Amino acid sequence: MSHHIVEVRDLGYTYPDGTTALNAVNFRITHGEAVAIVGSNGAGKSTLLLHLIGHLTPQTGMVQIGDYRMAPQTARLIRRTVGMLFQDPDDQLFMPTVGDDVAFGPLNMGLPKEDVEARVENALTTVGALHLKDRAPYRLSGGEKRRAAIASVLASSPDILVLDEPTSSLDPRSRRRLIQLLAEFHHTRIIATHDLDMAFDLCPRTIILHGGEIAADGPTGDIFQDEALLMASGLEKPLSMQGCPSCRHPRR
Amino acid sequence: MSHIETSYLDFGRLEALSRGDSFLHRLDPRTKVLTTVFFVLAVISFDAYTVSALLPFLLYPAVLSGWGGLPVGYLLKRVSLVMPFALMVGLFNPLLDRDPGATLGPLELSGGWLSFASILLRVFLASSAAFILIALTGMPDIALALERMKVPRIFVVQILFVYRYIFVLTEEAVRMMRAYTLRSVHGRRPGLGIYAQIVGHLLLRTLDRARRIYLAMVSRGFDGEVHTLRTFHLGLRDVIFLVGWVSVFSLFRYQNIPAWIERMAG
Ligand SMILES: Nc1ncnc2c1ncn2[C@@H]1O[C@H](COP(=O)(O)OP(=O)(O)O)[C@@H](O)[C@H]1O
Ligand SMILES: [Mg+2]
Repeated sequence: MSHHIVEVRDLGYTYPDGTTALNAVNFRITHGEAVAIVGSNGAGKSTLLLHLIGHLTPQTGMVQIGDYRMAPQTARLIRRTVGMLFQDPDDQLFMPTVGDDVAFGPLNMGLPKEDVEARVENALTTVGALHLKDRAPYRLSGGEKRRAAIASVLASSPDILVLDEPTSSLDPRSRRRLIQLLAEFHHTRIIATHDLDMAFDLCPRTIILHGGEIAADGPTGDIFQDEALLMASGLEKPLSMQGCPSCRHPRR
Repeated sequence: MSHIETSYLDFGRLEALSRGDSFLHRLDPRTKVLTTVFFVLAVISFDAYTVSALLPFLLYPAVLSGWGGLPVGYLLKRVSLVMPFALMVGLFNPLLDRDPGATLGPLELSGGWLSFASILLRVFLASSAAFILIALTGMPDIALALERMKVPRIFVVQILFVYRYIFVLTEEAVRMMRAYTLRSVHGRRPGLGIYAQIVGHLLLRTLDRARRIYLAMVSRGFDGEVHTLRTFHLGLRDVIFLVGWVSVFSLFRYQNIPAWIERMAG
């Protein structure tokens, strides 16, 4: 299934104010993979994701999603296969009710109303939020907002999910539920985060971004063992790998 | 922040009411919007000194809140929050306009006091009709009804977005205020310069948010048109409702009912 491959070659991007956010970034993600993009604040994670949905056009190098090379003419097509979960769910839930919001993507695809309705129900059921359908987004809790936002992405049935810090500002319980939910998906998942514990739970592969460059790309277990590497990239070993604080035995 | 939300806007309660299930709730939103527009037009079209001829119009909000099962106390509270603005606008009239306007028994009222009372009454009528419309219909459906009625789409999208983001923005503003006051010396009130800074900052943040929202819309295939699943249909009862009320309004508008009653009694 070549059409779900995400390939980034020699990607570079400098913001108009002169900040170089990405420099010579290379990777290839295949169908069904779950990959964590980790890095401290300002490492360039969000900038990278914005290239994957065609909001930013590569200044150097290229981005290829499936059969299409990202360009202004192909961006619309590519956005049909790539669904992006933005960092702040308030930005994503812009319609008056959750149901309206989840219907937004499918309606834009020009699907008939019955199909759209089915998709809305489906997507909301998947994230366990069907009861929120008629609620207004601003009344929801952080975890509910996040799940509604995921439903609104799922409703367009993308093949590739791109998530920007999905666990930020969630309480521990909502965070755990979200991780369980994401673990059930079979989409290609690209998750930008500095929640290394989530990365460890969800993603067999990790790419470390540091100062806009790739500092490491490999199996998550190996990378998170490398304390020198994590330190140099401004990250901390995930709690679950730090060993039991009272008896000093490693937990994993 | 919750204070602003609960005490002043409290759209949340209005919205909860709008999910009610009376036959008024089930009318096509367009019917209710149109009826409200006719009501407001009738009310504002009287001349500045009219008071008694406006009184029969109280029937409309009274009947609708009754039929719709709306909590009258709550609505009156909403409306009373708007009244200070009417007071401000109207308060100059008694000072500026001292010509005799009407006699009330032995009392002679100046034109200024009459127009003052008239303004208050009109604002009261118009705002209760507006709140009732929102409580019976909900803001989103009102906006979409406007779109169907060929109001330019840009306004409709604006109404939807203002409605959606007003809380997010007030919250941001209040948070920022709090941060500034916490940092100010011994809780001294922030000076004018600080307010300017906050407003500037808020503007930038709002622009930033608008950009992110647009991005989220585009990434889900937005092409300039907001589609929705909500379907409207006009039925016979919509026609009856609209025609019925518009006839009542015309009657009230062109026949001064209180004057009639006075004549019949006297
Ligand atoms: N719109 C922008 N204009 C200028 N610089 C920006 C902009 N957005 C991000 N940056 C800068 O680019 C770098 C990478 O940012 P970002 O991709 O948001 O990192 P991350 O998501 O990993 O925190 C940072 O130094 C940031 O300050
Ligand atoms: Mg970011």
